[in-house]
Amino acid sequence: MDILSFLVIIPVLTVIGILFSNNLKGTRVISAIGMGVQLLLSAYLVFYYLAVKGTGDLHEMIMVSDHMWFPSLNIHYVVGVDGIAIAMIALTAIITFAGIFASWEMKNLHREFFITLILLATGVFGFFISLDLFTMFLFYELAVIPMYLLIGIWGTGPKEASAMKLTLMLMAGSALLLVGILGLYFNSAPDGGQYTFNILEISKVHIPIAAQRLFFPLTFIGFGVLGALFPFHTWSPDGHASAPTAVSMLHAGVLMKLGAYGCFRIAMFLMPEAAHEMAWIFIILTSISVVYGAFGAIKQKDLKYINAYSSVSHVGLILFALLMMNKVAVDGAILQMISHGLMTALFFALIGMIYGRTHTRDITKMGGLMKVIPFLSVMYIIAGFASLGLPGFSGFVAEMTIFVGAFQHSDMFHRVATILVISSIVVTAVYVLRVVGILLLGPIKHEEHLKLKDAKWYERLSTITLLTAITGIGILPLWLSDTILGSLQPFVEKLAVFLN
Amino acid sequence: MIDYSYTIFIPLIPFVVFLITGLFGMKWKPEISGWLGSVGLGISFILSLITGYFYFFTNVTDHFETIIPYNKVWLSFTDKLHIDMGILLDPISVLMLVVVTTISFMVHIYSLGYMKGEKGFQRFYAFLSLFTFSMLGVVLATNIFQIYIFWELVGVSSFLLIGFYYQKPSAVAAAKKAFIVTRFADLGFLIGILLLSFYTRTFDFSILTNPNTSVFSSMTGAGFLGMSAITWAMLLIFMGAAGKSAMFPLHIWLPDAMEGPTPVSALIHAATMVVAGVYLVARLFPIYYFQTPDVLLFIGYVGGFTSLFAALIAMTQFDIKRVLAYSTLSQIGYMMVGLGVSGYGGEAGLGYTASMFHLFTHAMFKGLLFLGAGAIIHAVHTNDMEKMGGLRKYMPYTHITFLIAALAISGVPSFAGFFSKDGILTAAYHTNKILFYTEYITAGITSFYIFRLYFKIFWNKNTQYEHKPHEAPMTMTIPLVLLAVVSTFGGFIPFSDFITPDHIPFAEHMHWGVAVPSIIIGLLGIVIAWILYRKDNKIPARIVSALGEVYTVTYRKFYIDEIYLFVTKKILFNGVARPIAWFDRNVIDGFMVGVGTVTLKASKAIKGFQSGDIQEYAFVYIAGTILFVLTLLYYLG
Repeated sequence: MDILSFLVIIPVLTVIGILFSNNLKGTRVISAIGMGVQLLLSAYLVFYYLAVKGTGDLHEMIMVSDHMWFPSLNIHYVVGVDGIAIAMIALTAIITFAGIFASWEMKNLHREFFITLILLATGVFGFFISLDLFTMFLFYELAVIPMYLLIGIWGTGPKEASAMKLTLMLMAGSALLLVGILGLYFNSAPDGGQYTFNILEISKVHIPIAAQRLFFPLTFIGFGVLGALFPFHTWSPDGHASAPTAVSMLHAGVLMKLGAYGCFRIAMFLMPEAAHEMAWIFIILTSISVVYGAFGAIKQKDLKYINAYSSVSHVGLILFALLMMNKVAVDGAILQMISHGLMTALFFALIGMIYGRTHTRDITKMGGLMKVIPFLSVMYIIAGFASLGLPGFSGFVAEMTIFVGAFQHSDMFHRVATILVISSIVVTAVYVLRVVGILLLGPIKHEEHLKLKDAKWYERLSTITLLTAITGIGILPLWLSDTILGSLQPFVEKLAVFLN
Repeated sequence: MIDYSYTIFIPLIPFVVFLITGLFGMKWKPEISGWLGSVGLGISFILSLITGYFYFFTNVTDHFETIIPYNKVWLSFTDKLHIDMGILLDPISVLMLVVVTTISFMVHIYSLGYMKGEKGFQRFYAFLSLFTFSMLGVVLATNIFQIYIFWELVGVSSFLLIGFYYQKPSAVAAAKKAFIVTRFADLGFLIGILLLSFYTRTFDFSILTNPNTSVFSSMTGAGFLGMSAITWAMLLIFMGAAGKSAMFPLHIWLPDAMEGPTPVSALIHAATMVVAGVYLVARLFPIYYFQTPDVLLFIGYVGGFTSLFAALIAMTQFDIKRVLAYSTLSQIGYMMVGLGVSGYGGEAGLGYTASMFHLFTHAMFKGLLFLGAGAIIHAVHTNDMEKMGGLRKYMPYTHITFLIAALAISGVPSFAGFFSKDGILTAAYHTNKILFYTEYITAGITSFYIFRLYFKIFWNKNTQYEHKPHEAPMTMTIPLVLLAVVSTFGGFIPFSDFITPDHIPFAEHMHWGVAVPSIIIGLLGIVIAWILYRKDNKIPARIVSALGEVYTVTYRKFYIDEIYLFVTKKILFNGVARPIAWFDRNVIDGFMVGVGTVTLKASKAIKGFQSGDIQEYAFVYIAGTILFVLTLLYYLG
């Protein structure tokens, strides 16, 4: 058995373990242990990868292992990772780990909750290690479907409607995606021979441009829906607002990145010519996402809505950077995937913790929390600073890489779009500071808030884990950035072939 | 050659102090964090003085070398484009090193007394250390992106310190305003950097500010809206500088920033952070001078306008800290004018030299004025000068040191401000008469408003105080005295021997033709203030009513705040953000929900076809067949 498959096996074993536990304590301890092992494993993978690359290994993917699964259609179970996938795996492991601790006090149907949550994580891990389009799609669906249950059962507010909206919109996206994937499959052997779902093999053949023009937009939008691409983003505010804390964390932190990752790994990597041709349409849409999301966040009152719109804006920036299609910008996009994943997970965790205390998410009904819950408030302010791109945190590194990369295009269209997108940093500062000002600073608004208790140990563990990763990247970005740049080489070479 | 690699500790010590105090300080006795911060900064201060001594006084060549003792890649984009973190020593960075650590050290000691017993004493010292670290990062940067990084950190420390009294809504609002206004300016700065680096393929100062560089050749041609790319880039970078240095029209945050504790106003909003913009322009001076002289002239005009504009407002304000804040704007305007009228090489570089000189002297006397104001506020518990008067009897040290600072800012001979201001005026006199007269008049207004402040606080009516005011404790008076000494004698430093645009010293002469008239107008201002405010009388009130609307408009600060409020609240919030929120909920989401509803309706509409009724199926089947056959027959026939 290869090491990578353990990333799927460990969560499954954890789920089985939970089945045998009969109280909350047992359930959460088993979950924490399972996800802790997962975190260690992904840390090991990071170091293993760095060590392998340090020896001068030039393979595109490492630890590749291939098992035939469905011979008649040539479907394999192929796993393998490069620097980008490993970074995404580490991100998922950190957020899942933090998510378990953020749900420490789950009272209602706790066993079912942790099982569904970990199943969702299994899907995500499986997606990131897969190199076969079919298995990838399978894992993708495994990640999306538990979401419906998690929001519909453990959510708040109009949870059924939100869950329904979210699932239907994402399913519509998957439908497009499936067509796109099948399109790739049937064009994977233009010179005759056997069709394949294997990404590495497809990337070596030249898919006819007519097919690319048809299937690129389908795949890109299919994944784009998950990345909250304007105008397919409206599931995000409602979905996030209704979702329980850990689900919001995983969803905004990882699942939206899964969409962006898919856009990169499947749509753009396999069909670069069409991507290059049609980039302008999506650049316009993503520029709108960025600015529109930021403005949308200014006027909201619900903390989760603010963060959901902020995510639309920040994930829009990821897609925007991918579409710039040069090494630096794409490097920035991937940095932003990781950075935003951590930041937004931290935000949602904190929002959950504040909500758990004040029982409201309406910022106009709270105020001056800094005085009563200083730990959570300081964390919230730091998360806010990270989100508005303050140096020393990962957001700054990612955004600057994106902006420098995007500015490598000297034509007016790319320039104007970039400047428009950069201007969102001011709007971001406005909505972040607005929330900080109303929610945390100023005098205390409600007497009963005086009795609030500050963070418990598990809450501290959850937030500090995330913050450590954010500042780690923010202060020493070079190793991560270089790892990603190294893994982008195949993509860059592929682009260079037809650009020259 | 001296090994300067120890300079890395100058910024690192405050950073480490910040981390330690920030993480563990809350568990200590407050005094410990205060002393830790002060001792840490004391070491940085001494190291800076040593560096200054070695750099300026052990130089054996005919010019000052640029030394880079430390430079490491922090984040790389392409082979050529990478952000480095490093330390660059040249005359202006060493000067700023001394200025920043001196004032910061004074403020650290002063705050031991001023902030004593305040809630959040540890937090205060943690933020002070963070600020000092960031400011030193700006000063020592080896490349423009490093400046930008620390520029943002300086901005956030300013935010944290302005909002120090976080339960006070006005302080929170002021902190927010300062951050957002400067952030907006930094947007220009960032785009400017991106433009510059796109064409020059470097962030590095050693390439960019080399007067013989050829990296700009590709930038002079490419144009947009009638201006070349380099003009745009340098103009946008100046936007960042104008934001931080509170130049008109981006000045609105500075007066509000006075909500912060007074030592913070002295350190950040008078002596160091607000001159970062001047420093940035000085740092990039060779580019401005050789590549974009138009932008340089524009900078001079912006500075000139701001200095006059702010001085006018300063005459009418009653909050003593706000008077000083507007005075700061005005004096930074002087520095910008100095740079704007400067040449390069030999005596032509006088404007540059004088600007840096003024930066130095201003830091000292304005720091002193603010710390003095802090001592006064500490004693009488109000900022309003109408509620003060006759304080000279109660606070002798504060009184004398404040007077020295007032004389220095008014340009009275032998005090520090006289020499630096004279340099700027002389440089302006030789190159740009409009700017010269603007600054000349401003000099008169300056001495008037500062002595209005002085007389109203220390002379004027004998106010009855609830608690008898007392002189500040030693920790507060010692910094006052030390700064007063520098404000008195600092003017005799021969700056042109040390700081020139091309790093080659030149001999500066006194220009009595400019100096004598400026002494006269300065004294005139003092005399008018003496007549109006030494004793409580009715003349000021009569002048106010005679001026009528003119006074009101000035008192209301020319309504700039109201204009901003209109643009942000009415246009951006209600005109953009609110419609977008509505549009998103109703149109876009409405459409998505609509798709779902239509699908549901459509399925309801057609689901009748599958009723499961055999008779109905048979009827439809037979009727359809007959219809089909008839149609076929009709067409065939």
